[in-house]
Amino acid sequence: MNWHAVKAIYYFEMARTFRTIVQSIGAPVLTTSLYFVVFGSAIGSRMTQIGGVPYGAFIVPGLIMLSILTESVGNGSFGIYMPKWAGTIYELLSAPVSTPEILLGYVGAAASKSMMVGLIILATSTIFVPLHIQHPLGMIAFLLMTSVSFSLFGFMLGIWADSWEKLQVVPLLVVTPLTFLGGSFYSIDMLPPMWRTLTLFNPVVYLISGFRWSFYGLSDVGIGASLGFIAVFLTLCLAIVSWMLRTGWRLKN
Amino acid sequence: MTAILSVQNLTKTYAGGHQALKSVNLDIRRGEIFALLGPNGAGKTTLIGIACGLVTPSGGSVTVDGHDVVRDFRAARATLGLVPQELTTDAFETVWATVNFSRGLFGCRPDPALLERVLRSLSLWEKKDSKIATLSGGMKRRVLIAKALSHEPRVLFLDEPSAGVDVELRRDMWNVVRGLRDKGVTIILTTHYIEEAEEMADRIGIISRGELIVVEEKATLMQKLGRKQLTLHLQDALTAVPAALAEYGLTLSADGMTLVYAFENEGGRARITALLRQLSETGITFRDLETSQSSLEEIFVSLVRGAA
Repeated sequence: MNWHAVKAIYYFEMARTFRTIVQSIGAPVLTTSLYFVVFGSAIGSRMTQIGGVPYGAFIVPGLIMLSILTESVGNGSFGIYMPKWAGTIYELLSAPVSTPEILLGYVGAAASKSMMVGLIILATSTIFVPLHIQHPLGMIAFLLMTSVSFSLFGFMLGIWADSWEKLQVVPLLVVTPLTFLGGSFYSIDMLPPMWRTLTLFNPVVYLISGFRWSFYGLSDVGIGASLGFIAVFLTLCLAIVSWMLRTGWRLKN
Repeated sequence: MTAILSVQNLTKTYAGGHQALKSVNLDIRRGEIFALLGPNGAGKTTLIGIACGLVTPSGGSVTVDGHDVVRDFRAARATLGLVPQELTTDAFETVWATVNFSRGLFGCRPDPALLERVLRSLSLWEKKDSKIATLSGGMKRRVLIAKALSHEPRVLFLDEPSAGVDVELRRDMWNVVRGLRDKGVTIILTTHYIEEAEEMADRIGIISRGELIVVEEKATLMQKLGRKQLTLHLQDALTAVPAALAEYGLTLSADGMTLVYAFENEGGRARITALLRQLSETGITFRDLETSQSSLEEIFVSLVRGAA
């Protein structure tokens, strides 16, 4: 293993986060705080409890997941698209680094950043709502697996994209709608039966449900299904990204 | 001398059907400066790209110190340094951060003393804390060279390193290159400045339309392919070249005052004495004479035209 390379890529990527700290960390924290104010306090006070959990607290796992997904995809895709766009990718391609090393560096940094944002949002949420985490280890595990798999998904998008527009299109038109419709702000039990069935095809439901289970022991779908989904998604992304790096698809001539 | 880089039957056809390399074979000797010359689109950058892992070959192989650049890429690439043609830099990083990044990427532990030496040799030390975006084009070129040298490569590729750089940088750069050669680093460069190849290179390869037309020691190339000419400035004007001298293929200037004898290096030189003797016998006297040799540039142009 070329650990020096892993470290170099990881620090390089993290340095950018700290260089642009307001944009990287401040912005998602502010956005999520606004959600708490609007949905948690203003609207939440008129909502009944869901499964015995006050509405403001109920939406915390969903909001964290919303940020984690957006951040992971954004960080993962930007990390590899930027050198591709600027041309500095030549150095990575000509370096003695293998697929696992590239992924540990880039995806590791992207996932670290989104986990940082997730944990900061979690800390921020305690200002607005009382929180109780029933399964802390489960919470960390879900946070980690989601951050890694969606950073990997973002990395894949970064390799695929050949324009800034394409880089934005999947997060904006696919990830954000799926997250909003994935039960961030409601339990899918509240939906009419047909929509509930349809929602089960939304992969984000499984992530939010599993993550919410780690907080309150409540879940829309079985915890096994949530874990199974993340495992399958992670394996799929890993297989595709490995193929992309091995063949140099959209990276090499 | 053993080959440090060996190219065997290398071919590359791009997705659009363009055949950039047609079965190229080439051995680069350890410790030499090899200049690869060729017109735009000849395949120089593709050849370098395949050796460094930027381009996937369609066929054939490249080995560096016995390591195949595809199968055993880790060992092969660790020995290679590349200064690309384009000024591609991380605009928002500092010079110091970017050279440290490059060193780490190539699997080397941090060595601030070495990096300081590299930056000083390229007159970059004072700029080490500057963001790359604030540097001039010439300075950015120096940063690219520093990045390539940060992991002490044993083979250094310089792809058009002089393109768009000022005289001072060019002088600094060639001093660095000479210093590297003295340390045993093999240097492969492509350049449009043929006089640079003429001055710096030990051997020269000329590539045109994906084929290596010639690979030769610089001196041999110039001796074998260069044309010499003997110019005689006559005492009295001639109206025509005397019939007795027809076998030499002399050309007479319009004013009749200059006779030019062009000859290939090998056989032609021996005939100079005979020519001069015959001139004397014919009663032609001259007040001055000079010889000149064609430059590498002229050889290059004639070879590439011949291949086209």
